[in-house]
Amino acid sequence: MSTGITKRIIACLDVTKGRVVKGVQFVDLIDAGDPAELAHLHATSGADEIVLLDITATSDARPILIDVVQRTARQLFVPFTVGGGVRSLDDASAIFDAGADKISINSAAIKNPEIITEIAERFGSQAVIVAIDAKRKAGAAVSTEGTVPAEVYLAGGRIATGRDAVEWACEAESRGAGEILLTSMDCDGTRKGFDCPLTAAVAKAVNIPVIASGGAGSGDHFVEVFKAGCADAALAASIFHFGIHDVRELKAQLQREGIPVRLPC
Amino acid sequence: MITLIDYKAGNLTSVRKAFTHLGQETVVTDDPGQVRDAEALVLPGVGHFCTTERLATSGVRAAVLQAIERGTPFLGICVGMQWQFAGSTEAPETQGLALFEGTCKRFETTLKVPHVGWNQIRRTPEGEHSRLLNGVPDDSFVYFTHSYRAPVVSGVSAVTTYGETFAACVERDNVFGVQFHPEKSGDTGLRILKNFCDYANERSTR
Repeated sequence: MSTGITKRIIACLDVTKGRVVKGVQFVDLIDAGDPAELAHLHATSGADEIVLLDITATSDARPILIDVVQRTARQLFVPFTVGGGVRSLDDASAIFDAGADKISINSAAIKNPEIITEIAERFGSQAVIVAIDAKRKAGAAVSTEGTVPAEVYLAGGRIATGRDAVEWACEAESRGAGEILLTSMDCDGTRKGFDCPLTAAVAKAVNIPVIASGGAGSGDHFVEVFKAGCADAALAASIFHFGIHDVRELKAQLQREGIPVRLPC
Repeated sequence: MITLIDYKAGNLTSVRKAFTHLGQETVVTDDPGQVRDAEALVLPGVGHFCTTERLATSGVRAAVLQAIERGTPFLGICVGMQWQFAGSTEAPETQGLALFEGTCKRFETTLKVPHVGWNQIRRTPEGEHSRLLNGVPDDSFVYFTHSYRAPVVSGVSAVTTYGETFAACVERDNVFGVQFHPEKSGDTGLRILKNFCDYANERSTR
């Protein structure tokens, strides 16, 4: 039976110093353009949501660039998420005032999980995405019970926490997160496909939507992550920026594969 | 001039931005006097139904009812639409406006709750000539994010299905409500907001 709801395709803009950049496995950054222009371009070509991540705000220990958020939000009429360097309720409030609909918190949520509840109580759970950067544990196989051992990393993949990704996703949900943005550090930037077993493990463990991220390189990868990975949404950055894929073309393929998507877009 | 009612829950920026994009002036207030005298009222809403309790204690609830009585166009968004029903099991102590019958209840489905994402709306027979949906084809996609849903009763102009069928839009005389977020629903959402503005502007120049 059709549930009626569609699988979402989310275009992600990784931003540093006000410019969109793309790296491989979180390093070696190259310039990909202006955030406001790219956000508008993706929305008109059919992206269901836009995510803007300031990927060096935490490592540079500075707040997110509010003017970039404002400029990007101005002409955007699809859901708009902003993340990177959100450390307090005040940081979140400033981002919402600038026109974001949701904030994504990563490092701050691990260090101070109460912030999830604080922001959710003020702005609603629908406005709080907990982003998890996870890396499979070396040598640990997927168990017969379907558990997938993966460790949570902080600060754009720079610091290991020792925490299990699935367990942390469950805690984030119980503290008020409205969605989980799960990035596989092993797959990110490789264009070899999403980490479907890890995505499925998280998606089955929580009752909130899970956005899969890291590894998109072809339309087939999106089909896999929606089917085998049980993802509610999938996020990609580089494949859209350089015009390798148009969201419209990707959605047409998903529809042919029987995956419900928003069309026409 | 569109008056956006602020009740200190959630974020009004996106709704305001959408009206600005449509060339419509807006003012944000929590003052009962300004609400009573508004040309058109919009109650955006996110979060818990109990936050609408503030509207009762501040006197805004009474002002909204007076404005509706005078024919002021009124649009409720998300929890703002749910507030137009009698109440919600999310906060049984909190009274809605009871402009539409029935109570909002949590989704009873094995699917994930909240219902987050793009889903389709379809007119009811009663909504065939909906002013709010003028020019919006059936099965258009709009963006939802909610855990409680309103029943399909008299006054419901469009429905959506997520495990079960629920009220997506309500419309009666000068009162309109949408469960989804038109300010986040691309061109379809902007068209719906424009329809509301056109209705409001027509009325204020009459």
